[in-house]
Amino acid sequence: MITFIPRDKVSKNWIIIAPILSIVFTIFFGLLIFTFLGYNPLETLYQIFVSPFSRIDRISDILVKACPLIIIGTGLMLCFKSNVWNIGAEGQFIMGALLAGFIALSFPNIETKFFLLITISAGFVGGALWAFIPAILKTKLNVNEILVSLMLVYVAMLFIDFIVRGPLRDPMSFGFPLSKPYPEGALINKIPFPGIGFLGQLHYGILFVFLLVPVAWIFVNKTLGGFKINVLGSAPQAAKFAGFKRNSIIITVLLLSGGLAGVAGVIEVSANIGQLQPEVSFGYGFTAIIVAFLGRLSPVGILFAGIIIATVKLGADNAQMTMGIPKVVTGLFEGILLFFLLTGETLQKYKIKWSEGK
Amino acid sequence: MAKKELEILLKATKISKSFGDFVANQNIDISIAKGQIHALLGENGAGKSTLVKIFYGVLQPDSGLIEINNQKVSITSPNVARKNGIGMVFQHFSLFPALTVAENILIALDKKIKFNKVVNEITKLSKEWELFVDPLKLVSELSVGEKQRVEIIRCLMQNPSLLIMDEPTSVLTPQEIKNLFKILKRLASSGCSILYISHKLEEIIELADEVTILKSGKSIASINAKKTTTNFLAETMVGKKITELKKAIKSKSKKIAFEVKNLDKLKDHEFGISLTNINLQVNYGEILGVAGIAGNGQVELMEILSGEINCEDNDQILLDKIPIGTTNINERRKLGIETIPEERTFHATVPNLTLSENTFLTYFFKYSNTKSWITNLLNNPQNSLDESKKIIKNNDVRCPETNPLASQLSGGNLQKFILGRSLANNPKVAIFSQPTWGVDIGAATAIRQKLLDLSQSGKAVILISQDLEEIFELSNKICVINEGVLSEIFDVREITATDVGLLMGGKNRENQQMEPIK
Repeated sequence: MITFIPRDKVSKNWIIIAPILSIVFTIFFGLLIFTFLGYNPLETLYQIFVSPFSRIDRISDILVKACPLIIIGTGLMLCFKSNVWNIGAEGQFIMGALLAGFIALSFPNIETKFFLLITISAGFVGGALWAFIPAILKTKLNVNEILVSLMLVYVAMLFIDFIVRGPLRDPMSFGFPLSKPYPEGALINKIPFPGIGFLGQLHYGILFVFLLVPVAWIFVNKTLGGFKINVLGSAPQAAKFAGFKRNSIIITVLLLSGGLAGVAGVIEVSANIGQLQPEVSFGYGFTAIIVAFLGRLSPVGILFAGIIIATVKLGADNAQMTMGIPKVVTGLFEGILLFFLLTGETLQKYKIKWSEGK
Repeated sequence: MAKKELEILLKATKISKSFGDFVANQNIDISIAKGQIHALLGENGAGKSTLVKIFYGVLQPDSGLIEINNQKVSITSPNVARKNGIGMVFQHFSLFPALTVAENILIALDKKIKFNKVVNEITKLSKEWELFVDPLKLVSELSVGEKQRVEIIRCLMQNPSLLIMDEPTSVLTPQEIKNLFKILKRLASSGCSILYISHKLEEIIELADEVTILKSGKSIASINAKKTTTNFLAETMVGKKITELKKAIKSKSKKIAFEVKNLDKLKDHEFGISLTNINLQVNYGEILGVAGIAGNGQVELMEILSGEINCEDNDQILLDKIPIGTTNINERRKLGIETIPEERTFHATVPNLTLSENTFLTYFFKYSNTKSWITNLLNNPQNSLDESKKIIKNNDVRCPETNPLASQLSGGNLQKFILGRSLANNPKVAIFSQPTWGVDIGAATAIRQKLLDLSQSGKAVILISQDLEEIFELSNKICVINEGVLSEIFDVREITATDVGLLMGGKNRENQQMEPIK
């Protein structure tokens, strides 16, 4: 039998060594697998790890890809810290994008960028409303939020599909399931850099991330609200003893995380797509769960975790495009990376004891 | 029982076991004769549980030798222990409440036996040993005493030659204890050895043939239990004279501080207890002891008294004759009612937070409306750090570092911190549940003295405790909770431990003509 025994103290050195070792192991096993499958291993590793950093516009693409992951991950962090398992960020992302899209398309001639404040708020409301369903069911009827939030993802997917094929379809789209393009006022522009022009797809939405991370850090570490979330997550009885209201904390974290997922949806669509289509998310809501945990449920950690995951995702795209390596193979590699990162983190905190017996 | 030439069943030599830097057992020697009732005595943390877990194969010793019937054995798991004829009844029962007695026994058996055969076997054993239980009853419907009988039957099914019992009486009424002792004595005379763990001295003298005393992980004496006294045992166990408590002579005030009237509360989950028509009152300068076996509604009562759960009716709880039934826990703290729940970690404190943060846990309400709104929103570590330092200093809380995590403190020190944190709010009414449960004798004495001091300084105290000795030692008035029903309140001078025991078991007092006081 294997038992995990908590270490008395986490060694400072290992906090640095463990992630490096994890990466070394990942590279080793990655090399083995790529060789075994008949791909040039060094070339593959180059595509996955190095090519995303090889040009400045590619680096900015990492940020673009990481942007929704970090925003959603930060919201999920609040849920997971309070032991509320919101698995449905994907659905909240879609519903945020959809409500914002509906408002954007209702004002086809609007040009002022202040309109973005309205669409982003609408995105927050849309995502929050979608998360309010599991919140109210959990607090009033004690229904498991994991199932409800997850199933609502599929409802949201089918709903947006219905909307863009039906009520909001552009008559000029030649039968494609697409809405009309957003008005100018609802689009998030790319950032122009003087003398260079645009850097890949880098857009103003990224500013929201740089605003969100410090605010989230202050909220979690310095406010009574963050303290309440922490106490409820680690000792629900103690939260009762302190007079914290369990239900209002649960509802608040679900509304916040749903709202943030919705905002991520608005930013993604307004900056990168410019109209509604059946597929707006590409799994950001699910990947963000990994980002939240890989970032150890801390805002700064999530910032880095979002960048790491985005890098590997883009690297996998590159490997597919230049070398024809199928997505499943690079997906396997992502799995190996996560496995070793999480193992490294676990072994920092616990030592393993082998013992006989059943 | 053989007097001389005792045949040795189990002999352990130089058993040592450490957890990290902490030495739980150090060169312990013990030998248990066949058919002997051997008591293992020691304070909390003396290493009793570690030693018996080694015998039962739950833990492995770092070094040392165990022989059974003169043959060296290595007990690597409870399975191996059972094959060697060792059975154990744990302090906390390991039964599934949703299964029947027979099903519970069936799943614990190593051999595969048909269900009907198990039922027959249980019926046979329970008749033979007067361990009466219905094999087809659900465990959730059993009383604590019955659950213990199920555990004993489960051990007897394996025909043990050694039965280990870990603090079996801590959950029983005096009457149930008497019964248990009868059974244990019969078992021993039939040749089954019993290793009996306890820190209750009278019990040991009544029951045991021999007693081994552990202190700080070492075996310091093995003595004939029939030729010793409780005083001698106590002094050997503690290693020093126990300081006597200074008890108040009598309560002076007749002013009612805190009252509960006609309170009903339905249980909110299947294995909870419904409270039925609770009435109690406590005067200033008085300690009201609420006795009762664990699991009879103490937790539910505490939730209502503390304000974690509100009453339906504001008039159901009165403070100084003013209704406060629907106020929440923090409003009650502001009114001067301080409570300490039974669970020290995860309820009274959060183990992975520091002491200053744990101070903030019940202290932050003081900021409300005192400073600007922005301060009210913030987690205020500096003030709570200062406050926690005061609590640590005033209550002799021994910490490994200046602001440790709550989980780094020993049980006794953590409880001193929790008590100090409550007292720092200078309460009028203090309601404490099991304040000395699982605490070493030094800290327990300090805590009890604090409670006495509190009542002597004119505060009202309600003490909910399973420890009858503690109840009688501290209280001015006593009542008993049984299955969610609270008995009348008696003056401590007018009720005996036997009466309280009967009430704890749900029976009326033997002596009915005694008048309850008003």
